[in-house]
Amino acid sequence: MKRIYSVLVENRAGVLSKVAGLFSRRNFNIDSLVVGETADKAVSCMTIVSTGDERTIEQIEKQLNKKIDVIKVKTFKESMSINRELMLIKVKYNKENRRDIMENCTIMNAKIVDMSKNMMIIQICDTSDRIEVFIEMLKSVSIVEIARTGTVALTKCKEL
Amino acid sequence: MIGAEAIVKCLEKENTEVIFGYSGVAIDPFWNKILDTDIKTVLIRTEQNAAHCASGYARISGKVGVCAVTSGPGATNLITGIATAYADSIPLICITGQVNSDMIGSDVFQEADITGAVESFVKYSYLIRNVDDIPKIFKEAFYIASTGRKGPVLIDIPFDVQNAELSGKFSYPETISMRSYKPTVKGNIVQIKKVIKEVEKAKRPIICVGGGVHLSGATQELVRFAELNDVPVVSTMMGIGVMSSDHPLYFGMVGNNGKAYANRAMNESDLLLMVGARVADRAVNRPDLITENKVMVHIDVDPAEIGKNVGPTIPLVGDIKHIFTDFLAQDNHPDDHQDWVKTLRGYKEEMKTIREPQAKGYVCPETFIRALSKVMKDDAIYVADVGQNQIWSCAYHIVKSGRFLTSGGMGTMGYSIPAAIGGKMADRSKQVVAVIGDGAFQMSMMELATMRQYDVPIKIVVMKNGYLGMVREHQHNAYNDHYSMVELKGDPDLSLIAAAYGMKYFKVDGASDLDASLWDFLSDDDSGIMEVYVDPMALTR
Repeated sequence: MKRIYSVLVENRAGVLSKVAGLFSRRNFNIDSLVVGETADKAVSCMTIVSTGDERTIEQIEKQLNKKIDVIKVKTFKESMSINRELMLIKVKYNKENRRDIMENCTIMNAKIVDMSKNMMIIQICDTSDRIEVFIEMLKSVSIVEIARTGTVALTKCKEL
Repeated sequence: MIGAEAIVKCLEKENTEVIFGYSGVAIDPFWNKILDTDIKTVLIRTEQNAAHCASGYARISGKVGVCAVTSGPGATNLITGIATAYADSIPLICITGQVNSDMIGSDVFQEADITGAVESFVKYSYLIRNVDDIPKIFKEAFYIASTGRKGPVLIDIPFDVQNAELSGKFSYPETISMRSYKPTVKGNIVQIKKVIKEVEKAKRPIICVGGGVHLSGATQELVRFAELNDVPVVSTMMGIGVMSSDHPLYFGMVGNNGKAYANRAMNESDLLLMVGARVADRAVNRPDLITENKVMVHIDVDPAEIGKNVGPTIPLVGDIKHIFTDFLAQDNHPDDHQDWVKTLRGYKEEMKTIREPQAKGYVCPETFIRALSKVMKDDAIYVADVGQNQIWSCAYHIVKSGRFLTSGGMGTMGYSIPAAIGGKMADRSKQVVAVIGDGAFQMSMMELATMRQYDVPIKIVVMKNGYLGMVREHQHNAYNDHYSMVELKGDPDLSLIAAAYGMKYFKVDGASDLDASLWDFLSDDDSGIMEVYVDPMALTR
């Protein structure tokens, strides 16, 4: 099962390395890991996506809580949160496929952020699943490079 | 005031009485300022043993053990000692000197990224960048080491920080509150009542104690609970000594190196209270089977241990002493379980191991250790090393009102001699006996000099068989006696080693009068080495 961990950590040198090290040492899988500042400069937020069975999922949460630099651990399923990932994808284009590429961008709500005579960089921010769909749509095009961030997530607002 | 002096002041504020360590330029400012205090310093002979000494000291005194070494190779030598303490949850502060702050990361002389290296073996680590952080860091470090699930904390201090001036007056924090670390102390009252109800209901209850009971200082509460509720007790290796070995409710050590009747008792129980034990592979071979046919309660201060290896029916997180004090305050009316206890006594009788006839010239390990127990003082400290000798010590030593120390989780050879030194320094009134194999003896025999320098008398028993016995036994079982890397040839003559260090020497083999030799050996309070000749082909089972 896939599981998302939203972890508030002290913004200290080495914290990212400690948490990543914890996952590798305990044989937990990391699908993606993103870390950034929060409103409080002393606190960072790490979003980690992992896959495992019931017992592993529980152990990951407990072992994260044990880490002294970890302030709080929230964990939830994909369906309980708003998840987004950013991807930049550099492709080669020509007269024949330029139209198709631009149509795909419109369909998937992606933007062209850089362009030259024969290459363009497309930016898309969406769920990981839809990003996979977009990559599939560009299969016939020559892909030069891809850079993805990994998922950030916030739990959905509860209905009042 | 410079950093080094601030560090020393912090240690005084934490009531540190002794520090084990080694020197080097990077830690020299610290060792210089120590001279201004009453803190005892002990120069060991290799850095790893500084951590082992601090560990033995911590376990006997109940305080946080402190060790300090220099940068580079000094710090890396400490790693095994730190890992050993981490595996058994021993509270330590490990201070390492470091090169100048602006040189860190440029591979200068005796530089090592020790905070990176020990990350998986410490509860937490600090690299002090700002001299004014010293009081807060030390207050935090001691707090982290000594609370919740105890463990080692490393503090790395660059040379220039040790020599830097504090910007203001030294002020040690009175209180501490860490938003990211709040260990649970009191157990949840709903869970506590649940457990008491199960104890009342159970027909065949059993308690399995681990090292956590010692670490919490909860032996009295636990024994009283077992007695009041008439519940038999077994232990993991680290739980030996919680209940005296000859207590009518004690049924031995469990696990693949434990007593068959202890394992049977645990299997046939209908209620198992696992207390301060982490259910690792030596104690419980098949954690998936342990919860069949029974209710299992797991009581531990570390919530991550509960459910890690085995899923309990009832989890209870908190400090064991607090929890058992609360148990004793509950109003409960258990049945007595004398039928069950009688059954277990029956198993103990019928499952007694048959002693193999001894090969000529050798001493039977069981005979020896039982005889040693009889002659040792009731409140003595027995420190077992690692290997076949450790398994025999666990099986046959009779703990009365004393302590049993060993390296359980990591199984570090050579632990016993430095841990014995630390233990003796924590309580000089106690007789301390270290039992070690001839392989491990050569790993820490350099500390005989430490014993002599600081007048720390330890009785050392070397079980000599010319092999790394435990591995030889494995090669006997797995590789049909095709031995590789287990034969000890070229061993020194221990009588000369003893003489070299000014210690008495005793030899015991098949022809000796065992009891007389032991009385001689233990009759005074001086250091001594007794070499016991054991059949090289002896097996632990």
